[in-house]
Amino acid sequence: MAERAQRRRSALIAGASTVVVFGVVIVLIVSAPGWDKVQQAFFSPQDFRASFPDIARKFKLNVRMFLIAEVFILVFALLLALAKSSRSALLFPLRITATVYIDVFRGIPAILVIFILGFGMPGLQIDGLPIDPVFWGIVALVLSYSAYVAEVFRSGIDSVHESQRSAARSLGLTSAQTMRHVLLPQGVRRVIPPLLNDFIALQKETALVSVIGPIEAARQAGIYTARSFNYTSYLAAAAIFVAITIPQTRLADWLIARQRRRTGTRGNA
Amino acid sequence: MTTPKLAVEHVWKSFGDRDVLCDISLQVANHDVVCLIGSSGSGKSTLLRAINLLEPIDDGAIRLDGTNISEYGLDENQIRRRIGMVFQAFNLFPHLSVRKNVTLGPRRALGQSASEATARADDLLGRFGLTSHRDAFPDQLSGGQQQRVAIVRALAMDPELILLDEVTSALDPELVGEVLAVIRELKSSGMTMILATHEMGFAREIADKVCFLDGGRILEEGPPAQLFDQPQNERTQAFLGHVIEAQRP
Ligand SMILES: Nc1ncnc2c1ncn2[C@@H]1O[C@H](COP(=O)(O)OP(=O)(O)O)[C@@H](O)[C@H]1O
Ligand SMILES: [Mg+2]
Repeated sequence: MAERAQRRRSALIAGASTVVVFGVVIVLIVSAPGWDKVQQAFFSPQDFRASFPDIARKFKLNVRMFLIAEVFILVFALLLALAKSSRSALLFPLRITATVYIDVFRGIPAILVIFILGFGMPGLQIDGLPIDPVFWGIVALVLSYSAYVAEVFRSGIDSVHESQRSAARSLGLTSAQTMRHVLLPQGVRRVIPPLLNDFIALQKETALVSVIGPIEAARQAGIYTARSFNYTSYLAAAAIFVAITIPQTRLADWLIARQRRRTGTRGNA
Repeated sequence: MTTPKLAVEHVWKSFGDRDVLCDISLQVANHDVVCLIGSSGSGKSTLLRAINLLEPIDDGAIRLDGTNISEYGLDENQIRRRIGMVFQAFNLFPHLSVRKNVTLGPRRALGQSASEATARADDLLGRFGLTSHRDAFPDQLSGGQQQRVAIVRALAMDPELILLDEVTSALDPELVGEVLAVIRELKSSGMTMILATHEMGFAREIADKVCFLDGGRILEEGPPAQLFDQPQNERTQAFLGHVIEAQRP
């Protein structure tokens, strides 16, 4: 009983302090001398309504880009992780290549990769090479994000205890079979939450592809602004991005919490 | 003279500049049970891992049916399939059900069909009283049940030899008995085994030969009655004195 009363009091305090803090912040902003202008420029309901449909329509391009990119990232990153985790002397060249690749692409800002591929590749004018900037934008995102995701995969594989490898090898499984049936399934399961976080970042970064031409949601918002001299359209674009990323963020948090609960209560034999 | 099932000949192994196995020689006849005793760090696990080719040796030879299996360039997987291993911490695959733990080796390493491997797994699980747990996951089982599953997993490969590394050391005392009972049954079915163990009473009961390891050397070996009742080496005497002291209720 005392515990429930305590909990109710905590909830009350949390609620009250939230109302007070946000109340003060809002009052301060609204009473600022330039507020009227800012409200007009950023929070205009008419402009929100006017710009939203076009932006939502262009957002389909963002969705298409990240969905395609995510599939290729999963495959490419997994190959990179396997190459970097390989132990056999025969595969040494592969291991070096993967290591260098990951180091390099984790170091280059994604926007530079987009510029280089988006302007460079079509510029080569090689027959048969696509010139569609959306294509090169997706390729750039895949190249860039695979380096991160590969490290996520690898940390998952590495986190599986050495004794699992011993057990699998003692059954006569080859090292490839050990990876496929024992290490990978356990490792991947553990890194699903961080993987989801990388994908959330990727989904926002699809906006960067607009620098080489394609008109996606963020760019469409900019076009509206240029025409109307009103910035509310940016808010509309932001709202759309937030609407799809927040559920995924909650999901990632929930998965992490669940994992922590599990490893907390159950020993790993 | 018949060829022993397993012969370890003058094996040396070091980690860095630390010698962990020093000139180890050991013979295991078919259907015999050999127990390795010795304090922690004496090299028991390393010797078992070396026999299963999980740890490369620096010098010497390990022969299975007379064939040198420690030679460089042999197909290690082919050899490991013939030697079962059971670990102190069970090392079951936590993402697989009991049944899948048991069938993984036969399916992937021996190329058995799913139905063939499953039939054999169910058979063995039944023999060791685990039928009701076959769809469970390892973390839903007691330590004793997990270790029995680990033994079944090794048996499903139809090994010629099983290595058991302190398989009861991680268990609560009341669960030790059920695992020892399984090992007893294996012995009566004629399985050749090498056990590293701290259970002196059990070693005396089940072993055909006991080896005392100390600092990576086999200091003394012999039938259990001789080694436990009339140890010759004074380090063996000291070790047994300590252990019996510690295991007295
Ligand atoms: N992978 C390893 N690297 C370095 N030292 C090791 C390794 N494995 C075992 N050792 C050392 O080898 C010695 C023997 O270990 P081990 O074979 O596990 O003994 P036991 O099983 O008898 O307790 C110990 O001193 C241990 O620290
Ligand atoms: Mg040991």
